Amino acid sequence: MSFVKSVLAHSPVLLIIAIFAGVPPFFTNMYHLQVLVFIGIYAILALSLNLLNGYVGLLSIGHAAFYAIGAYASAKLSIELGLPWVLALAGAGAVSGLFGYLIAKPTLRLSGIYLTLVTLGFNMILFLVLQNWMSFTNGPLGIMDIPPPSLFGCVVSSRLQYYYLILALVLATVFSMHRLMTCRFGRALTAIRENELAAEATGVNTTRYKVQAFVLSAFYAGIAGSFYAHFVKYISPDSFTINESFILLAMLAFGGQGNLIGPVVGAAALILIPEIFRPLQEYRMFVYGGVLIVMMLVRRQGLLGGRSFRLRLTRFDPAPAGVYARGDKFLPEG
Amino acid sequence: MPSFLLEQFINGLTQGSVYALLALGFTLIFGTLRMVTFAHGEVYMIGAYVGFEIIRLLHPSFPLALAAALAATALLGIVVELLAFHFLRNAPHATSLLVTIGISILLVNLAQKIWGPETQAIPFGTLDRLGDFEIEIAGVYITFLQIAVLGVTVLLMLALYFVINRTRLGMVIRATAQDYEAAYAMGVNVNVIYMAAFAMGSMLGGVAGVLVGVYYNMFYPTMGGLYGLKAFSASVVGGLTSLPGAVVAGLLIGLVETFSVEFGASNFRHVFSFVFMILILLLRPGGLFGGKEMAHTRGD
Repeated sequence: MSFVKSVLAHSPVLLIIAIFAGVPPFFTNMYHLQVLVFIGIYAILALSLNLLNGYVGLLSIGHAAFYAIGAYASAKLSIELGLPWVLALAGAGAVSGLFGYLIAKPTLRLSGIYLTLVTLGFNMILFLVLQNWMSFTNGPLGIMDIPPPSLFGCVVSSRLQYYYLILALVLATVFSMHRLMTCRFGRALTAIRENELAAEATGVNTTRYKVQAFVLSAFYAGIAGSFYAHFVKYISPDSFTINESFILLAMLAFGGQGNLIGPVVGAAALILIPEIFRPLQEYRMFVYGGVLIVMMLVRRQGLLGGRSFRLRLTRFDPAPAGVYARGDKFLPEG
Repeated sequence: MPSFLLEQFINGLTQGSVYALLALGFTLIFGTLRMVTFAHGEVYMIGAYVGFEIIRLLHPSFPLALAAALAATALLGIVVELLAFHFLRNAPHATSLLVTIGISILLVNLAQKIWGPETQAIPFGTLDRLGDFEIEIAGVYITFLQIAVLGVTVLLMLALYFVINRTRLGMVIRATAQDYEAAYAMGVNVNVIYMAAFAMGSMLGGVAGVLVGVYYNMFYPTMGGLYGLKAFSASVVGGLTSLPGAVVAGLLIGLVETFSVEFGASNFRHVFSFVFMILILLLRPGGLFGGKEMAHTRGD
């Protein structure tokens, strides 16, 4: 009985997953699937940036750097070392996270705008290094023939398979972030955002949490980069310019931040808008720039930002008593 | 010193003086508003294009192009200030920052629509009439354009020094930079001062645009991106609020870049400014001169 109740309680989430898993096989146009895959990549990126900008309140404007590190690390690991895809994926996340640590550890002593400047500088340096370090990154020519992902011996080849792979990655990202954000870690991050001094006074080690958040955020961005590398099979520095970071910021500005739904909606909307209105394609960057300005002036928190969403039907909750007993009934859910 | 190195030194100085001009704009804006703008590189680009059009269509004269760029970028600066800062006075810092990023994206793409994505150049005949010739001084060759760039830069720096330190407007700007609430209480119209500082900073950027555009004879929509960010890091290296710091840091970065090409690191010459910026932020966040406030430039 409690299993049925649990399923009923989670039915909205299950319904959403069912729609995303069940509908795309009926797409006949491969192009539509491709757009969906890109939405998935950007959803992970936007979520990872959201971890910093939305939850901790650290403004990173060079997030494409970690995306690039993930992509290059994954390509290098699978081509040069011949690692299987799963290891390359994990390795990409790890390398990206390591860079996140190297950036965050010394800079998080700095406050506000200075940290933002370091992220910007890091993005620029990384782009220039990728472009000029011919022997390692092949410069502007990029790395070609990146092997497709393979899982348990079967090679992912069709668009649909890629779609399911990215769907799984997005879901893994969302659920792991949900878990993180509802435990002590997430509450500490929110406390830092709301009032850093108060958080520090209540015993939250703010610097440590900020570094951890930065590493995690870089890790997720690296995962997205790895998938991108294996999906497009070709990477060059041009895919990871500072513009890419700005596009991510526009996605957060549009969808809203501080919860897990806003960034996904923002990513989907800002990729779909230029795709649906074909004539707009040429004005793609106008859309991103315009969105940034208009959203900031009109609705600063974004469409869905600044509040938390509850996708659980608590009426069917199997064990509300347990939650109350733990004493966190007043805490937001997601 | 061999004359060859001296020539390189002058090249570096020319390059650096343009960074210094742009960095001065950043510093003026940050010093007064305590806010960073990312649209400065694009203001510089628009200034360059305005100068380009004046030289190409109207009359090949440096002063005219500079005057037109000054007017256009002052106006543009006021628009940016209105959009990104005036209406968002009580918003968090990040909000204004994102608006300036939005404006910079829009301006780049607008320029791409108007002038096309390709690099434009002033025809050689016209360029000659601007005075593109070399002068030899004691075995060292200097082009007239280099002299013009250096001259205009020094002139503008002196003018800025005069305005900030010797005029009423400058005094009010310094007061606002020091403590805008106190300035407001003393009857200063802070909003107008913010706008004036922003316009002045943008004008410096616009002039730098014309100078660089004519010097290299290249005008393209993304010319503001890397330049703007480099000048920005110069401003950070200089301490973000110190006008002399911005000048020194700009010159330093220009020289380092030029000599790095000389010593075989040409591929990585663009990296230096950002490395400097990060190093300064980590080791000495107050800037080269320990964060002297703009308000104290006079030494008082």
